[in-house]
Parts: sequence; C-alpha cells; structure tokens
Amino acid sequence: MSQVTMTVPAEGRNTQTALQKLRDLSRKPGSLAAAVLVHLCAFISFSVLIFLVAFILVKGVSSITPDLFAWEYNSENVSLMPALLNTVVLTVMALLIAAPLGVLSAIFLVEYAKHGSRLVRLIRIAAETLSGIPSIVYGLFGLLFFSGFCGMKVSMLSGCLTVVIMVLPLIMRTTEEALIAVPDAYREASFGLGAGKLRTIVRAVLPTAVPGILSGIILATGRIIGETAALLYTAGTVAQNVFTASDGVMASTRTLALHMYVLSTEGLHMEQAYATAVILLAVVLAINALSSFLAKLVVRER
Amino acid sequence: MKIKEVLMKGVCMAAACTSVLAVILICAFLFGNGIPAIGKIGVFDFLAGVKWKPGNDIYGILPMILGSIYVTGLSLIMGVPVALLTSVYMAFYCPKRVYGPFKAAINLLAGVPSVVYGFFGLVIIVPLMRQMTGRDGSTMLTASILLAIMVLPTIIGVTETALRSVPAAYYEGAVAMGATHERAVFTAVLPAARSGVIAGIVLGMGRVVGETMAVVMVAGNQARIPDSIFEGVRTLTSNIVMEMGYAADLHREALIATGVVLFVFILIINMAASVIKNKAIKY
Repeated sequence: MSQVTMTVPAEGRNTQTALQKLRDLSRKPGSLAAAVLVHLCAFISFSVLIFLVAFILVKGVSSITPDLFAWEYNSENVSLMPALLNTVVLTVMALLIAAPLGVLSAIFLVEYAKHGSRLVRLIRIAAETLSGIPSIVYGLFGLLFFSGFCGMKVSMLSGCLTVVIMVLPLIMRTTEEALIAVPDAYREASFGLGAGKLRTIVRAVLPTAVPGILSGIILATGRIIGETAALLYTAGTVAQNVFTASDGVMASTRTLALHMYVLSTEGLHMEQAYATAVILLAVVLAINALSSFLAKLVVRER
Repeated sequence: MKIKEVLMKGVCMAAACTSVLAVILICAFLFGNGIPAIGKIGVFDFLAGVKWKPGNDIYGILPMILGSIYVTGLSLIMGVPVALLTSVYMAFYCPKRVYGPFKAAINLLAGVPSVVYGFFGLVIIVPLMRQMTGRDGSTMLTASILLAIMVLPTIIGVTETALRSVPAAYYEGAVAMGATHERAVFTAVLPAARSGVIAGIVLGMGRVVGETMAVVMVAGNQARIPDSIFEGVRTLTSNIVMEMGYAADLHREALIATGVVLFVFILIINMAASVIKNKAIKY
C-alpha cells in the first residue's frame, strides 16, 4: 500500500478500498472463492426469508374482505373473527397463569436460591428439557393429562394450560437474564438502607428489570398466537366464538393459527387462508419487533 | 414482617418447582400410556415393522423413523452450509449499516409460526416441485427444502454468537502472519468456534425433528419407506397429527407410543447439545 498514514485506524481491516481488496483477492483464488460463497449464502438466506414474508403479505392483503370479520362463522363467509377472539382470550388466559409462574420461578433462581444447589440444578435441567420438547409432544401430553386425566375434554381451558407449560421455560429464561442484568449495587444499596429481601426485590430489582421481563412475556405471546400442534387436540378446531359458545372456556374453540391450518389443508378456501396468514404474520411480526425493541432497552441501560 | 419474607420465598420456590413437576408429569403420562402399547404390539414389531396399517392392527413405525431421519438429514445438508456461511457473513463481512436490518430480519423470521411456513411451502414449493418433476409435489425434497429454510434463523443465531465469542487475537494473529481475511476467518476463527457451531447445528436438528405442522402440510404423508427424494414421506410428528383425531384403542395407544419414540429422540438430541455446549471453550 503506497499511502502511509500516521493515525492508527480503528479497525485495521477496513482501511483497504474495495478495489485493493479485489486485487488482493484475485491473487488468491481460494480466498476469492470463499468470499464469493459467503456473500452468495448471505444473499440466499436473506432473500429467501424476505421473499417468504413479502409473498404472503402482497398476495394476501387483497384477499382481506369485510366478510372475514363477520361475528359468526359459517361456510359462506368463512369468518376469522371467532378465531381471532378465541386467540385473544386464550393468550390472555395463558399469560395470566404463565407470567406470574415464570417470573416467580426466575426470582427464586436468581434472588433466593443458593447458586449451584441441587434444587437449582434440578430446576434448570427441567426448564431446559421443557424448552426442547416439540409442541406436538405438548399436544399429546395435554390430550392425555388435561383433557383426559383432569376431565377437561377438548376445551379452550385444556389448550390454555398446555401452552402455559410450553411457554413457561421461555418466560423463566428471559426473566432470569433480566434479573441477572440488574447491578448488585442496587441490591446492596437497598439492603444498606435497611430494606428486607422482599422489599429489595419488589422496589429495587423488579422495576429495573421490567423491560427485560416484558420482552420475554411478549415473546411468549408470539409463541402462543402462532401455536398449532399443541392446540390441535387440546383446544380443538370447532369454529365457534368462546363468548357465545354454550360452555364458555370448556368448549372446543379454534385459534387463528388453527383456523389457518384447517383452511389450508381443506383447500376449499385458499383466499381466506391467505388473508388469515397475513393477519397472523402481521400480529406475530409486530409482537416480536416490540419484544426485541424492549430487549434492546435493557442492553442500553446496562 | 418475617412471616411475609418466608411466605414469599416459599411461593417463589413452589413456582420454580412447577417446571420440575411438569417434566415429571409429561414423562409419567407419555411413558405410562405409550410403553404398554409398545409391549402389546411387541418392541421389535413396533420399532422395526415396515407396515403401518391401523385397519389390520399392524403398527410398525420404521417408515416414520426413517422418514424423520431422512428429512432431517436432507434439510440439514441444505440448510447448514448456507446458515454457517451466512453467520460468517454476519460476523466478519457485514457492513455496520446493513447489519442492523439484517439481524432484525433474521430475528423476526425466527418468530414466524410454523403454520405460516407450511402454508408458504404449500402454495410455492409444492407447485414448483410438481412442475419440475411432473408428479405429486408433496415430497420428501419439498419438506426438506422448507425445513432448511425454517432452520436458518436458529443456526445462524447460535453460530454467530459462537463466532463472535472467539477472541480477536485469533483473527489478528492470522492476519499478521500474512493470511487473507478469508483464510484467517476459515482456518483460525471457525475452528476455534467449533463447539458452538456444532451446538447450533444440533439445536437446529432438534427443531427439525420436532417440527410438525409445516411438515404435515407439504410432505405427502404416505406411511411407507420412500425409495427416492421425489416420493412422499411421513415423519414421526406427522404420524401423530394425521391420525390422532379419529384413532381409538390400540391405534390411539400406538400413536402415543410414536410420541414416546419422538420424545426419546428429542431428549437424546438435546442432551447432546447441552453436553457440547458445556464442553465449548470459555474464553
């Protein structure tokens, strides 16, 4: 390189111009091939993933009609409104159970338990096992335990409890990370002022960890909304509204993701399936974007 | 005051124990319902039987076990190189301006529900396959391509973290010795990140084996051992989803037993992943 500069560049590898880089690479065919492959693969991954979302959004938006939002489902309008309402109810119910359970578990692991004790190790192994179990196995378990053993039959409640177990490890892990990220100085200052353990947790630790905890709960919301396999045989696929169903939460009710599965496997209402896909995708993407935004807040605060 | 403290600790501990309880219940109910069925059918007839004919009370799940293995293998062959090189791009090539949106997109796509992926496969890949082969488009290859796409975000995420955790000295040392950027990345950094990369791949494998809805929508689901990648295939997961709705008696128990086999597969894969992850060198 002819230019000799006195200042030390912050990142050595970025001082070459693109032309120089190309010239260097042309002398090393192996490196050139590697560079080309890396860029090609990055392009493939990115474009495939973008194409998938764009295709569904573009193709589906035109299929959204007012008919789809009719209050009751029938084979004429193929309304997704009941499924949409069911999804909201099921998600809220599941979060009301899973969020406190997950947050309290994480508080126990981080604040109360002795690190490396046998109980902590057991809980960690259990949570790790749960997070690896595929959703169809949760579905089978829900069918055997909640629907069968507990006598809930195929009902929204059974599906709800099944997804509670499914998202529990997710909420636990994200809350744990958020709690660990809270500096110890907060706890020490609170203890120093004479606060007890409980007051320290509630007043000093939890408020600081809120964005991280929320990001985990929102991530769990996305998982629940998109879930199919765990709900197929626990919540069932009946297209009725949970508010108007005669047994309420004890009735079999399909969620939006299940609605979409049923429509696309029947193959009779592809237009409506496209529209449902758009709504499902938009909701899940918005939820995940919100979650990662909140997670970024945590990092910035640290 | 003291009582409140003790009470709170107790409540937290009880909450933390629910996950242990859940694992115990899942094991108890799956194994409790599935193992007797395997006993009734016969271990050998069940695991190595090539015929699945519920109508005749013949329950052999070898086609499904092989189906799961084939589909997983094929999708990893397609997905892993692309994911690996993409994560190399993310860690060592990506301009800062592109990185933000790129990373966000991959994170968002990890959250796309599998039923949406399945739908995409159904309306894009299946017709494409039909045109190319002139036969039914729901094949093993179709399912593998779709799963390869689905597994990209998972592997890219874990592998990128592994690559970034390698100390900069590895890269700098190689460059100082006269290696090109590429040579430094592929011969110094990548081998050092080996355990993390393998852990990512095994994690992805777990995802693929357990994936249900996307597979059942595009794989054809014929319960026989496929002769080529252009034939339909049924995996362990789709076997359960396909027939659980109307199964009764021994048929139903055989499906639960299928779930047990799947569960054992997943446990082995996840255990392998966590062993590899713990073995990974901490810098």
